[in-house]
Amino acid sequence: MLAFLVQRIGQAMLVMFVISVIAFSIQDGLGDPLQQMVGQSVSAAERVKLRDDLGLNDSIVVQYARFAGKAVQGDLGTSYFYGEPTLDVIMEHLPATLELVIAASLMIAFLSVPIGVYAAIKPRAWLSKFFMGVSTVGISIPVFLTAIVLIQLFSIGVTVDWFPDDTGWGQWLNGALSTNGGMPSYGRGDDLTHLFGTWYSGFFSENGLLHLLLPAVSLASIMLPLFIRLIRAEMMEVLQSDYIRYAQAKGLAPRRIHFLHALKNTMLPVITVGGVQLGIMVAYTILTETVFQWPGVGLMFLEAITRSDIPLIVAYLMVVGLVFVITNTVVDLIYGLVNPTVKLTGKKA
Amino acid sequence: MSTATLSRWSRFRESFLWYSFKRDKIAIVSFVVFVLIVAAGVFAPLLAPADPYDLTQINIMNSELPPMWLDGGDPQFPLGTDAQGRDLLSTILYGTRVSLLIGFGAVLLQSLLGILFGLLAGYLGGRVDALLMRVADVQLSFSTLMVAIIVGAVFKASFGNLMFGEIAIYMLILIIGVAEWPQIARTVRASVLAEKKKEYVDAAKVMGFRTNRIMFRHILPNTLSPIFVIGTVQIANAIISEAALSFLGLGMPETQPSLGSLIKSGFDYIQSGSWWITLIPGLVLVVLVLVINLLGDWLRDVMNPRLYKG
Repeated sequence: MLAFLVQRIGQAMLVMFVISVIAFSIQDGLGDPLQQMVGQSVSAAERVKLRDDLGLNDSIVVQYARFAGKAVQGDLGTSYFYGEPTLDVIMEHLPATLELVIAASLMIAFLSVPIGVYAAIKPRAWLSKFFMGVSTVGISIPVFLTAIVLIQLFSIGVTVDWFPDDTGWGQWLNGALSTNGGMPSYGRGDDLTHLFGTWYSGFFSENGLLHLLLPAVSLASIMLPLFIRLIRAEMMEVLQSDYIRYAQAKGLAPRRIHFLHALKNTMLPVITVGGVQLGIMVAYTILTETVFQWPGVGLMFLEAITRSDIPLIVAYLMVVGLVFVITNTVVDLIYGLVNPTVKLTGKKA
Repeated sequence: MSTATLSRWSRFRESFLWYSFKRDKIAIVSFVVFVLIVAAGVFAPLLAPADPYDLTQINIMNSELPPMWLDGGDPQFPLGTDAQGRDLLSTILYGTRVSLLIGFGAVLLQSLLGILFGLLAGYLGGRVDALLMRVADVQLSFSTLMVAIIVGAVFKASFGNLMFGEIAIYMLILIIGVAEWPQIARTVRASVLAEKKKEYVDAAKVMGFRTNRIMFRHILPNTLSPIFVIGTVQIANAIISEAALSFLGLGMPETQPSLGSLIKSGFDYIQSGSWWITLIPGLVLVVLVLVINLLGDWLRDVMNPRLYKG
């Protein structure tokens, strides 16, 4: 176990080193920092001196060492646009993204497990076929399109007048197919509760939760089909195994077999995949936050790109990289702990 | 010559692939829709009533006209116009062309990279294998979309808006192709590992063929069916990635729109009630991706290759 731990942590540090080199080369390759700092009125001699003072004439290795040293101490430079340390800017925006991810994950967890299990137990029922059909369509809809459709339906509203208005059924159908709109589709609302530090939460007010609803549903919609398919596939495989047949032969109640014995072994791979999916979720938050103008790190990153705010881009890369590396390592370690068949020393078979 | 093609055709007619295709209604419908969309994209310059790249044909007075079946619609513009007064039908046809071009181009590139690296890793093993698969692991753990967004952002920042717009098609093919190669490399490697143990490979070695010849002429043809399956699904993924990048403003410029940038430009006007500019291209995108995914599902069931299970 110790060897496994050391190997995984070593690998994580190697990956982090590569990320930092990439981030550093972006910082180094994009534009001249001197040009960003001083205007045209500074003379050539002063420029040379400034260049020397800033250490821009040092060798690449020395410059990288300085960058990495500062980064380890939590100094990732100052944002051009905000005029604050980049890490502070990220910490201000992080809670909004975290709340979005938490809300979406809750929706996924509470919907995917029952639907996936049902579709595995009764694969021939029309309801399971319906769920599987919907999830195939769901995988094919990009997350920003789901978001736009949700805005059109529930924020702007749709008026349907295809059916004759002078008949009772026409009026009813028109009314049933029309939507009112009015759901907030912009930002987080103005009723946020201060928790601690930079964390202002929208979880504790009706206004905040209403603002959260559409973005969270959009974000959940892209992952939900994946998880339903995964849980169904794993569960069907587990239901074929000998120990389940034994439990059935013993005459245990089907409910007990499905939810106690089978579900336990189904969730093992699901949790691992879930951990890795967290990374994919970060990419989708950029899209969701752009559509809903949600003031999280994804929107911040995209704005930093349009503003060419290079220190902020670099800091975002480093922070997201760190989050990915930590999650993946933790998921690997947990998997090694709970599943004894994983080869701990990582030897090739 | 003609006998060879004839026998190949009749061999195809008797194959299991054709047999199961004929019996699967979903596969037939998906294939027909897919062929129609591809044809619409390829022949866009012939089919489109107007040329959206030609500025002289655009009149700003025609902007934001609804589709012709709604009040205020003009039969000259069957699907309405966008905010610049371009005919939406023509823009969608040209946009489909751009999206398909990038989708196929990116999958071609990632197949080349994936097949090469997968073959090397699987056949040579050892250090080459460890290094390549570690890189693939790390890249996959970051999610391909994230890698594509970051690379796109860096390219855009270093080339500047104008220059990036001009070379956007090639950039997107490059970005998506490089971001997704591990998917194919892993599949290829898994089947190479299985093929490597078979007798025909031993036979080829004994006959003294060089490693290159064994890898590309003997093993590669036997790993093609999983590549085919995963490649189909990857086209759908590449088209979605392209749309996502364009939607974020990291892809095709509005002067040369893909389906993604059409959705993006329409989204700015959705609050004013012009839903068609964004939702009609969106519908085309979803149908295109859906039929490709359905075809991929069908192919996977028929060919049943040893797909890498991640």
